Amino acid sequence: MNLLGSLFQSSIGKKLLMAFTGLVLFGFVTGHLIGNLQIFLPPEKINAYGHMLESLGAVLWLIRLFLFACLVIHLWLAIQLTLENRAARPVAYGVEHTNRATLASRLMARSGLVVLAFLLFHLAQFTVRIGHPEWSEHTYQLANGPAVRDVYNMVVHGFSSVSVSVFYIIAVGLLSYHLSHGVVSLLQSLGLKNERWTRGLEGFAVAYCWGYFLLNAAIPLAVLGGFVQLHS
Amino acid sequence: MVAEKPSKKLFSVTLRVWRQPGPAAPGKFVEYPAANVNPDMSFLELLDVVNDGLTVKGEEPIAFAHDCREGICGTCSCTINGKPHGPGHGIATCQLYMRSFQDGDVIVVEPFRAKAFPIQRDLVTDRAAFDKIQQAGGFISVRTGAAPDANSIPVPKEDADLAMDAAACIGCGACVAACKNASAMLFVAAKVSHLGLMPQGQPERDRRVLAMVQTMDAAGFGNCTNQYECSAVCPKNITHDFIARLNRDYAKALFRTRFKPVSGAAAGGAG
Repeated sequence: MNLLGSLFQSSIGKKLLMAFTGLVLFGFVTGHLIGNLQIFLPPEKINAYGHMLESLGAVLWLIRLFLFACLVIHLWLAIQLTLENRAARPVAYGVEHTNRATLASRLMARSGLVVLAFLLFHLAQFTVRIGHPEWSEHTYQLANGPAVRDVYNMVVHGFSSVSVSVFYIIAVGLLSYHLSHGVVSLLQSLGLKNERWTRGLEGFAVAYCWGYFLLNAAIPLAVLGGFVQLHS
Repeated sequence: MVAEKPSKKLFSVTLRVWRQPGPAAPGKFVEYPAANVNPDMSFLELLDVVNDGLTVKGEEPIAFAHDCREGICGTCSCTINGKPHGPGHGIATCQLYMRSFQDGDVIVVEPFRAKAFPIQRDLVTDRAAFDKIQQAGGFISVRTGAAPDANSIPVPKEDADLAMDAAACIGCGACVAACKNASAMLFVAAKVSHLGLMPQGQPERDRRVLAMVQTMDAAGFGNCTNQYECSAVCPKNITHDFIARLNRDYAKALFRTRFKPVSGAAAGGAG
């Protein structure tokens, strides 16, 4: 079998790909959160940041394409692996017993599906701006630069809806839960872990996931609570 | 003064056993009461006693796999109350004693359940899939010589200890039975690591890991999702760190075999 065939068809090849694409997506959501936190700074900052990303042009599309490919591979293999795993035990045990598999590890497919649904909604809302074509028109005058897309007000408008904010908080909660198994699991799959590291890594995963959840949830909560308001 | 012997109070349990007359026949749980259970009996001895009673009554005894009854052959294979090899840590079913249970307990006994381990009868499964994996690469093809020759190739103590940990695998299949996905990753990891850590195992290292994983996949085992149910029930306490090592070894072998230069000899030899 050739290299790509082995990666996509063997059990360990699939694990390696799941881990690698998971690592890329983990890096993306982390970077995305750091970018988003600029909402707590003056509007100038996040709007300049958004403009910087949009002005990457072809590079931005290459990055998007790479992330999309990682997402598709992660998703496609997840479906395949889940079906294979179900088929590997056609008759269930009369007594179902779990020794130490965490709940997060057993709900990966379900938490992942909710995150996927959220991702589609999120892209439709803020990237394609379906339903709110006027968000594309709003501009913001940078202090020493051009008039750019007003990301700041778009976020405030978006999260002014309670239902959108609640869905967002639930989804980032499940994403954090997904990552609490994923960030440690991916190192095991890549062969970069042993028992000496386990405790530290698991501690890191818990701290990271709580931090990821709380910081993400802070954005819609700050909008709903009136701490982040539309600039004039 | 002689310490008083602990009293051996006999007790009663109920066994709820999976009965299945043949590979294709449907199975079901059947209850068998067992009275006068001595706490120092092994679990398999209890099955023997229950079977004696069934034979006297003219019923078909419960088929279960067993051989050495001292935890080294890997033949016994019951799932007891949902846990392969039953309650306890680092033991096989044959090393489980009735003192682990209490009077009045209902003990559910099932075979190891996995597509790759088809049930032959009652609690007996066919674990030949493990043999096929071993035949694909779980060996070395060099003469290792007589006993004194073992000392002619120095092996670092750490490597020898680690290889010995992996070599403790008795191939019972509990890892597959416990895994939520019926994956054989811990077994394959132990076998690959046991030889891969030794200098004698190096010539076939890459071929071994690739062939054993390929055979494992073809046998219909599931995939590892890093939940570590396998190492929790392993009668030899083999750590899932060997699975991380297997993943690493597989990745390295995959790239190494694809990118290493090809010798001219392979194309026809010196002419």
